[in-house]
Amino acid sequence: MFARVNLYYTVLRISIAERLVYRVDFALGTLMRFLPIVTQIFLWDAVFQGMSGGIKTIAGYNNHEMIAYYLLTMVGRAFSSMPGLASSIARDIRDGTIKKYLLQPIDMLSFILMSRLAHKLVYYAVAVFPFALVFWLCRDFFKGWPDAGTILAFIASLLMSFLLGFFMEATLGMIGFWFLEVSSLLFVYMLVSFFFSGQMFPPDIMPYPWPQVLKIIPLQYLAYFPTAVFLQKVTGAELAWGLAAEAFWVVFFFFSARTMFHYGLKRYSAYGG
Amino acid sequence: MSLIEITKLAKSYSVFQKKEGLGASVRGLFSRSYKTIEAVRGIDLTVEAGEFVAFLGPNGAGKTTTLKLLSGVLTPTTGTATVMGHVPWKRENAYRRRFALVMGQKNQLWWDLPAAESFRLHQHIYNIDPQEFQKTRDGLAEMLDVARLLSQPVRELSLGERMKMELIAALLHGPEVLFLDEPTIGLDVVAQHNIQTFLKQYQQDRKVTILLTSHYMKDVMALCRRVVIIAQGRIIYDGSLEGILDRFGGLKVISLLVADGQMPDDLSRYGEVLKIEPPRAKLRVERSKVTEVLAAILSRYAIDDVSVEDPPLEEIIAKVFSDNREEVVGGSS
Repeated sequence: MFARVNLYYTVLRISIAERLVYRVDFALGTLMRFLPIVTQIFLWDAVFQGMSGGIKTIAGYNNHEMIAYYLLTMVGRAFSSMPGLASSIARDIRDGTIKKYLLQPIDMLSFILMSRLAHKLVYYAVAVFPFALVFWLCRDFFKGWPDAGTILAFIASLLMSFLLGFFMEATLGMIGFWFLEVSSLLFVYMLVSFFFSGQMFPPDIMPYPWPQVLKIIPLQYLAYFPTAVFLQKVTGAELAWGLAAEAFWVVFFFFSARTMFHYGLKRYSAYGG
Repeated sequence: MSLIEITKLAKSYSVFQKKEGLGASVRGLFSRSYKTIEAVRGIDLTVEAGEFVAFLGPNGAGKTTTLKLLSGVLTPTTGTATVMGHVPWKRENAYRRRFALVMGQKNQLWWDLPAAESFRLHQHIYNIDPQEFQKTRDGLAEMLDVARLLSQPVRELSLGERMKMELIAALLHGPEVLFLDEPTIGLDVVAQHNIQTFLKQYQQDRKVTILLTSHYMKDVMALCRRVVIIAQGRIIYDGSLEGILDRFGGLKVISLLVADGQMPDDLSRYGEVLKIEPPRAKLRVERSKVTEVLAAILSRYAIDDVSVEDPPLEEIIAKVFSDNREEVVGGSS
């Protein structure tokens, strides 16, 4: 047991070291994430300015809430996005790098999870500063801090969104065992996920039955749900159900990734080199 | 019981056949034709502990497939194999802790980090005692003369240096069986020699069992007493290196140094003339006729010096490969 902990700590440590090698690429990647928010602020400002009538809201969001929504989805995505995870798994299958997990007494999914965690930790350590700056500059868009319970629920939803994002992408990457080229499939996933996770706009503003549909499928937990928790759009029993459903999806995709890996390996070792 | 036991091991793949041209590509979207490639066609082999065995064979003969089967990366179509009592493709951790596979064309180290980091990771993957780990690592690094490079990123190492690091990584956990797939591919003569010397020394010291595939006869001559020739997925020879000469080397080369530059003009009646560069000449003669031919030549002409040699091993093996290919191609037509 202790040896396992030690092993995964080493994986984490080495992945962090690897992440720090390309400093400029890393710094640019971190900063560029903040560009879209600027256009969003201008866009929604223009939309709300153009509206006539006294109460300027769209599906219960006023101008400030809308910007707050986008800022918070950025936080959600900082946890749930897994850039290049599925494609790197598919590539490892295709070019045979996956062999090392077959030859060595190590579990591939745990290994990749640890190195992903390392990527995230390094990212947070650096991104916390620009995030703090942006949120401070945009502080007027928020109504103030929510209560402690909401913050706890927000943190729980973020941590689960990390695991959910990881196991969903890992499941997708495992498709590489059956189809050697998965890049178009991943592109479709990226588009669908951008839309259905609520990154493009809050699902509430769409006509019936889209908001209901979106709230059933797991993609909403990648961005919309944590945001809605923080903005207190989901409270009480609905919040408890939401967290439970998110936990269910994490477990579901954990097993789906495992199952795909199990059957994929059988296929791989029976056919390919 | 032998350390490695292979019985009727066979592996076939089904491969998508893509014909040339756009039209064929479009048709390929709707109906695909597959061809079965029999990479290994039922081989039997036993290897005892401490042996150093070379697998020789042309590209696509099934050498690498055999090593992949034995290391558990592939599951065979039919047949059985055990290595140290384990069935490789069950991939039990107990087995995976006891062997290593090094592929000359694949990189297993972390590209952007110093090799020392990858070694540290191996220490934890294989759960090696810290003191033991340090001792083994330093010992190997010294033997391979790369101690000063341990903290340099792997991407900045030369191919030869990287191969040495790959070997260290593979040997840290003290595997009892080592599979080496073309470990010297692409290396210059000096680097090849260094790796050979190291492998020889390591095998003698540790008595590990090694299966090696290589295209370089020098590797094989330097390291292995036992040679297994695989062609078209079958074992066509299993024995000593010298035995190849007896079995396949039916010809000898006689070199003559003619006295007074009087080159005879009828040498071709004794055998195939390979080269005439007065005062020297080379003849290829059947092994059984060597004494007869030599006696005839020496009695007839004034010869200053004579030597009888086997043709180069590479030449013999190349001939074995091509003969075998003709046989199989001929057989299937």
